[in-house]
Order: sequence, then C-alpha cells, then structure tokens
Amino acid sequence: MTKSLRPAVVLLGAQRFDPSLGAAVSELGVTGRIAIITAGWQERESEDEELSAHLGDRTVNLRLHARGDALFREDPALRDAHRERQASLRHRQDFYRIRLEHELEADRVICTRTAPAEILAEQVQASLDGIRELDQWHLRLCARIRMEFEARWDLANRPSVVRHRQELAEILSGCDAVAIAGGHVATLVNRLVLFGIADLVHHHTVFAWSAGAMAISDRIVLFHDSPPQGPGASEILDAGLGLIPGVVVLPEPERRLHLDRKDRVQRLVRRFEPATCLALPARSRITWRDGVFSSAHDVLQLRPSGRALPFGVRPRRVSAS
Amino acid sequence: MSARLAIHKLIDGRIDAGRIQAFLHGRKFPIVEGTSVTFVWMGHADSVQLRHWIFGLESSNALSRVPGTDLWYLTLEIPSNSRVEYKYEIHRGGHSGWIEDPLNPNRARDPFGANSVLQSEGYEDPTWTNHDPVTRPGAIEPFTFESKALGRRTGHLYLPARFRRSRQYPLLVVHDGSDYLKYAGMQTVLDNLIHRLEIPDMIVAFTDSPDRLQEYANDERHARYLTEELVPDLAARFPLYDQPQARCIMGASFGAVSALSTAYRYPGFWGRLLVQSGSFAFTDIGKRNRRGPLFDRVVEFVNTYRAQPKVVSERVFVSCGVYESLIYENRSMVPLLSATGMDVRFVEARDGHNWENWRDRLREGLSWLMPGPLMFIYE
Repeated sequence: MTKSLRPAVVLLGAQRFDPSLGAAVSELGVTGRIAIITAGWQERESEDEELSAHLGDRTVNLRLHARGDALFREDPALRDAHRERQASLRHRQDFYRIRLEHELEADRVICTRTAPAEILAEQVQASLDGIRELDQWHLRLCARIRMEFEARWDLANRPSVVRHRQELAEILSGCDAVAIAGGHVATLVNRLVLFGIADLVHHHTVFAWSAGAMAISDRIVLFHDSPPQGPGASEILDAGLGLIPGVVVLPEPERRLHLDRKDRVQRLVRRFEPATCLALPARSRITWRDGVFSSAHDVLQLRPSGRALPFGVRPRRVSAS
Repeated sequence: MSARLAIHKLIDGRIDAGRIQAFLHGRKFPIVEGTSVTFVWMGHADSVQLRHWIFGLESSNALSRVPGTDLWYLTLEIPSNSRVEYKYEIHRGGHSGWIEDPLNPNRARDPFGANSVLQSEGYEDPTWTNHDPVTRPGAIEPFTFESKALGRRTGHLYLPARFRRSRQYPLLVVHDGSDYLKYAGMQTVLDNLIHRLEIPDMIVAFTDSPDRLQEYANDERHARYLTEELVPDLAARFPLYDQPQARCIMGASFGAVSALSTAYRYPGFWGRLLVQSGSFAFTDIGKRNRRGPLFDRVVEFVNTYRAQPKVVSERVFVSCGVYESLIYENRSMVPLLSATGMDVRFVEARDGHNWENWRDRLREGLSWLMPGPLMFIYE
C-alpha cells in the first residue's frame, strides 16, 4: 500500500449562507481540533462565532491578521519595509494590467478579423502565447520581489517573526486540520506567507474555501467578467502557497463568470492550460490527495471546448457526421 | 403598424369631462409609449410651452389644446434611455410663469430650484443611487480651512464607514462639493459603491467656492489652494496614500475646468481625473467664444491646452450628456487627451447638463479610476 504524501486538501465554494464545510470535515473523519484562519476578513477576523459553531466549537483561530498587526507594531522597520514592498507590488500589478489589457484587446480584434483559417489560427495562438508569457513574466517578477524581501529581512531567522512562527507551530501541533476562510485574497496570502503557514501544515488536513482556496493554489487568478467599470480581464495576482499545484481556483462563478459564454470560458482555459480550471459555486467541494481529485460535489470544470461541466463528467465527443 | 398613442385614442373620440378624468386617472405622466412621449398639462391658459434643456431641439415647444377643453398636450420622439428635465411655461392674461409638471411627481433638484423629470423608455434610477439599509454610512463633517491663497474656505469631509487610522486611504477632491452632496446624492453613492466593493474606502474632500465662476476658470490660486495647502493638510491629519494613483480630483461644468486646470498646473500630482460636462469652451480663431466673457479665461486655458496638450494625469474619465451643448467641446477634447498617452475613457449619456446626469456616471467613473477591492474579495 502506498503511503499518502500529505493529508487531503479540500476546496470548497462560498460558505457564507449555507455552509458545507461540516459535511466535508465529517467525510474525512477529522475529529480533533481545527485551526481556523480568517485573516481574509481583515479587521473582522475575530468574528468567527458562526464558523466555530458550525465546526462544533473545537476551533482555535490563528488570528494571523491581528498577529501581523502586532508583529508590525513590535518591528516597525519590518512594517515599513513590508509596506514599501506592497506598494512596489501594487505598482507592478498596475503596469502588468496595462500591458495585459492591450494584449487582450489585440486578441479581441484579431478574433473579429476575417482571414484564411490557418492564418487566423496562427495569429490567435500568437496572441494567446503573448498573454501567457506576460502572465508568467508577472509571476516571476512577483516571486523575485518576494524572494529579495525575504532574503533582505531574513524572515526565517528574524526574532520578531520566528517568535510568532513558533507560537503558531505550537498551536498547530495540537490540531488535526486547518480551515482557511475566504475574504480579501491579497491580505490573506500575505499573512499566510509572512507566517510561513505552508511549512506548518504539512501534516494537517486543509479545508479552504473561496479566497482561501485561491490562496493555497500555486497561482492566484483574480477574475470578474462584468465589473462595474466595464468588461473585466482576469489577471494574475501572485503565487499562492502551492498546496494544490496545477489548479486555477474560481470561486463565486455564479456572479463572477459568464459560464454561458463559450468564447470567454475557452479563452480562460487555454490561457492557463495545462492547469485545471475549477469553478466552485456555493456549497460545492472537491478533495485533493496526492495529485488526484475525488469526492466532487457540484464543482464545475471549465473545458477547452468552452463548456463548464460537472467535475468528472467526460465531455461528449461530438460526431462530425 | 405602430399602436395608436393614448392621446390620439382620447382626442379621436367624443371628448367630455368624464373621458378626460378617466384619461388622467391612474396614468404616469408624461406618457411614454416606446420612443413617443406625450407631455400633458391640464388648466386654463392662453398657451403652454414645454421648456426643456435638450440641446438640438427647439428649447420651447408649444403644447396643443384639445379643442373645447383645458387639456394641453405635445408628443415628441425621445430616444430610449433618456432623462430630460423640463418645466411648463404657462401664458395667461398677458403674464407667464414656469411651473413644474403637476402630473409628474418625479423631480430633480439643483441650486436654482427643481425641474420635472422625464425618464424615457429603458431609463431607470440606478439602484446604487438609492439608500440601501444594509450599507454602513460613512461620516460627513463640515470643515473650514484658512487658505493662504484664497482666505477662508469651507467644505465637507467624508470618512468611510469603519475608518481606521491604521489603514491608508486614497483621496478624492470634489469641486462644488455641497452641490454634489445635495443634488447628486454623493454620500449615498459613495456609501453604496464602497459597500459593494466597487470603489475602495476613501477619504473625500467636498470643497466649495464662494465665487466658482472666477475661481474655477483656471485660477492659479485655487489650484494652489487644493494642491499645496488642502492636500498636505489632509495628509498630515489622515492616513493617505502618498501616490498620484491614490489622488483624484473631479468636478462638473466649471468645476471640471478647474479640475483639469489644477492637474495641468501640477502635472503628475493628481493621478486620477474625473471631469463631467466640462465647460471646455475654445476657439479655432479669435479669442472670444460665443458663450460670452464669463468664458474668456476658460477659452484662454483650453486654447493653450489644445495647442500643446500634455500629460497631466494618468487616467482621465470624461463624461457628458448628448443633450447639452457642451457635448461638442467634450467630444473634441477626448482625442487630444488620449493622444498624450493618458488613459482616457469617455462616456456619453442621453441626458443634459444637470446633477442627476453627473450622479449617474459616478459609478462607472469612480470604479474605473479607483477600482475597489471587488477583484480581491471572494467570500
């Protein structure tokens, strides 16, 4: 029998109104304490009574947001540097977005042109390649900025940080699982990275929903097909913790994605392939273990054909005749 | 064949008081039937005129009297999604007066009073302009400021709900601030858009001028007051981001001229610019614009800018109503602004030079200039 590399990771859709987390916890037989991370709720991090009750009041909140604030109060030099880095990342995000919008516009224009099929296919592919390359470039840039920051400030050995990481390791040693809630994905991933959570949850079953699910993927994609300022363009934010590699997590598809627009779905899938694009509607969930998905409930997989099908359903081959 | 209009059904038959009462009862006025809009007034008069502010149509149109009655009507073709503000001018016994439409409860207020409002087919009040009980309101407080450039200034300061000193905020500076609050419902708009995550939590300075036609017409002192005095003072008292991208200046009409000219005098400082129905009068030859001497200094500024357009901001949102005469000036400004390399978005609306037009464009403008955390929050 092969030993599992790490306990399961469960991705879930929004939990706000009708949570399905409890069912997922029961299904995996988690009976011990559960550490919860609600840093994505920012200043409302501690308002976790409902979540705790849903999990049978056996939770401990890691309070990563408040902990971050405390750390920055204790270590103002690190706070200033962190703030500066965040401003620098925001600048980069703005410039990336400018380039991306132009690439996407070029792609849109090319797709409306009339030309011989092979030329059109070649040009569509070229614009897609350009977008993919830009995404990768941005990811590499973000990684470099983060690495430089961590090296310069030696987070792994900086006493103010180490003390918090040790406290967190201590708390987590008494827990069987970690539940990561949604909220502000950038805030959440910042706190997760700052406190080295990826290294502390190797032996824990992880439940993550909405922004939490995005934050533990290896590539965080921000998306909204119809924001108020006009047609939306999906964009890469940064790398996530990478607990589930090769997956693009798309929560709240009900209000963020036009899943009936085959052209949009198709472009999204092709942009991020070979990653699996998973749309997680409210109450949906899916379990990942050792690189294999199982126990999918209402999760949709976006397909290269432009369709969003229930996960596990093989797309029907359409006969040409 | 199109259906007969309600007014024609009435007047094609035998008219009596009972039929007129039945016609007036339970019906919304003006009567919108597709793109045909029938204005109706009932009363004693020698003549009745429709007074509206649609540039491109005669500003005064006579209503016809239904023979033998006191019922007056006028049918116009008004395109879908239009908002038209209007009044009736009643002539009686050698006197005349302008009144709001007594059959139409829909009003828009402005510093000069109120107008009746026609909402044509397809137009709806945007939901985000209405009070939402689940939205947490921000706080508004009046302020006074002793300006070296201009003397005592007044205005209002908006702080978002859940304001925290530990956070940093972008700043929006609004010309004609009290009017935006009073006539464009801008506090409600800000509260709602922030609640919906469409714009970020922000601090807003609603500034007023005691002499806007002078101070907003490219007045160096006013630009200095806003940029060198007000912003540093606010930055000293509140946690503001110190980046051009987090500083937006906006205004309508002459306020838009002031916003642009302020950004022009301090290029790169105001990274976001929102100009609505800007009074961007210019001349292609000569110095005097047809709009008169009030515009002379505006013309001088706009002519200078048109001769040598330059980058003054990063993003510029321009909006204008197609029913206002300024549509010509605004349309011609857009390619000039764009050609500098600034990111420019231009939006036209079937509306006039009024506060509800400016209100209705705030969501698109503000969320484009300063997007909220909608793309970041997944609950």
